[in-house]
Amino acid sequence: MIRLPFVLLFSAFLFSAGVYGVLARRNAVMVLMAIELMLNAVNVNLVAFSSSLHDVGGQIFALFVIAVAAAEVGIGLAIVILLFRNRASINVDEVNLLKW
Amino acid sequence: MIGQAVLPTPELVFEPLLPELVLVVFAMAGLLYEALAKRTEAVVHLSIGLVGVVLAGGTSLWLWDWDGPATVLGDAVSADRFAVLARLLLLVVAALGLLLGHQYFARSGDEQRGEFTPLLLFATSGMTLIVASADLILTFLALEILSLALYVLTGLTGRRAANEAAMKYFLLGAFSSAFFLYGVAMAYGATGTTKIAAMALALTGTGEAQALAVLGFALLAVGFAFKVSAAPFHMWTPDVYQGAPTPITAFMSAATKVAAFGALIRVLDVAFQALAWDWAPVVWGLAAASVVIGSILAIAQTNVKRMLAYSSIAHAGFILTGLTAAGSAGIRAAMFYLVAYAAMTVGAFGTVMVVSGRGEKRTRIGDYTGLARTNPIAAALMTLFLLSLAGIPPTAGFIAKVNVFSAAIDAGYWVLALIGVVTSVAAAFFYLRVIVLMYMQEPEPAAPSLTEKVGIGAENSATAILAIPAAATLLLGVFPGVIVGIIRDASVLRW
Amino acid sequence: MPDYYSSYGVVLAVVAAGAILVAVAFTAAKLIAPHRPLPAKLTTYECGIDPVGEGWSQSQIRYYVFGFLFVIFDVEAVFLFPWARVFESLGWAAVVEMGIFIAILATGLLYAWRKGVVRWA
Repeated sequence: MIRLPFVLLFSAFLFSAGVYGVLARRNAVMVLMAIELMLNAVNVNLVAFSSSLHDVGGQIFALFVIAVAAAEVGIGLAIVILLFRNRASINVDEVNLLKW
Repeated sequence: MIGQAVLPTPELVFEPLLPELVLVVFAMAGLLYEALAKRTEAVVHLSIGLVGVVLAGGTSLWLWDWDGPATVLGDAVSADRFAVLARLLLLVVAALGLLLGHQYFARSGDEQRGEFTPLLLFATSGMTLIVASADLILTFLALEILSLALYVLTGLTGRRAANEAAMKYFLLGAFSSAFFLYGVAMAYGATGTTKIAAMALALTGTGEAQALAVLGFALLAVGFAFKVSAAPFHMWTPDVYQGAPTPITAFMSAATKVAAFGALIRVLDVAFQALAWDWAPVVWGLAAASVVIGSILAIAQTNVKRMLAYSSIAHAGFILTGLTAAGSAGIRAAMFYLVAYAAMTVGAFGTVMVVSGRGEKRTRIGDYTGLARTNPIAAALMTLFLLSLAGIPPTAGFIAKVNVFSAAIDAGYWVLALIGVVTSVAAAFFYLRVIVLMYMQEPEPAAPSLTEKVGIGAENSATAILAIPAAATLLLGVFPGVIVGIIRDASVLRW
Repeated sequence: MPDYYSSYGVVLAVVAAGAILVAVAFTAAKLIAPHRPLPAKLTTYECGIDPVGEGWSQSQIRYYVFGFLFVIFDVEAVFLFPWARVFESLGWAAVVEMGIFIAILATGLLYAWRKGVVRWA
């Protein structure tokens, strides 16, 4: 039996790694993957809580999160591809038409 | 053990979900029409959308006198009057968005996008769902429904600016959703439930799990602050509002705020009401940062849409100012502000659409020079909306500001009210600057008059649509009493 | 109320841990990584045959749409499995609801098909 705090720490680590990826990566697809990592870190968290609370709600929530994450990737990749067609680059730094 | 557990099947009472069901059915009807019809007519799309919104509004009105259980479908959907009022507001904004969008696509060279109506209806269904949601799982799903639809709407025209705006909105929006989700997970761990009523009960007794609950709230607050564009989580707002097609900016600037604040109110005043002393300083800080940053950065803008975007950040701060007062007093002030804000911001962005002509040209502040000569009606409308945004009587914005400040003072946050008043005065500068440009200066000789560019018919019908928010802005400013009673009825959250 | 403040301490600790983790990762990457830019390093292979063409190799874009549709529909199946496990005990309402769910998905697929997304061209 793995104790709950270890799982929570693991999920916090995954989440932080995702945050790091979003902040450090310049390639839009990489940023997208980092966001997915964050969502999946939360899934680990939800399932861990679900099992320690003996409540099935958290696992149901995790299923919804998986579905939402797939939809999010779908929209995200579509936007990225459109952007690539427009400018032949998906570097986040070069997306600079709008600046104050 | 979990595998053996038999879930109690919730009683299926669908009536409180009728508005969303209607919206989704009509959105799919729009999709099917676009997919199956040989030749699609923009008018048919518009009618599908409007009929859907009106029917959803009718079912919402019917729910005003709902005497069934306070929450249905396993305590996931709330059937109180707060949800009804917020839904009606959202549906009115959606109808205005549909009409403005129809004009926009009719006159621009862009191909009429058949996806516009269905996507707008899907976004609206997410928004109306989130204000009625009594379960954080449903809140998250509704948040994603509205966000995903809005990401696509932002990039709908395929222009480069719209495309970049969509990308920024998507990346930052998804990033913030992840924080929101992490917050839900923490709150779930702290209380053992995702239902906000059960959460409120679990948090009433102070237990060991308090720290997790506070942590969960902090993460939820980050997610909400992104969605309502409160500083310091406002970075996406100016880019997205500027880059998105103007009618869509009008729709989302008003409707997203109403939806996100509706959900935030339920989270603050039901789920975390036992922690009011913990969240009040957070709301205080977000409010103060938003009014100051929004008002100051707006002064430096040269693009009208960008200026209005910073103004919307400041307005998010004012609404948060009202919400520092816990309970029904804060809800009343925030709801009135949301109604007034929706009217004036849809109106202001709608006027920007009328003035900008085809596509997204003429959106610099300089383009408004001498507008009173070339297009007096648009100039008058813009003046009304800007005065209201600045909070000058006799407009809705003034009454709304008075309400939130007095709510904050009654709750003991007079410093915050003072910050709000001072920044309002400073903010009046950039609103009045545009008015001065429109009335006190001659138009540039080179600037072609608007009617030549657009065609008088399209311009007139777009202006006619703006009569609705203009009337609301004036009416609420002169006779705020017409809505006060309704808001009082709606300010009691049932759970 | 030591309990009250200690609950904030945990929040603070988590925030600090998060900040430190990111900061350490950033600075460690800066410090450890040697910084010697060479044009050769930008090539696909640093030794051996000179690469021809660009580093970007494009895969067939039309395959992407299929991969895409597959992922979305595959993931929606996640809801079918729990349903299949219990629908007998839930009765007809559950069957109808799943029918509606699949009908909505089918509408999406129909739209994609009519818009020519699934045509291999």
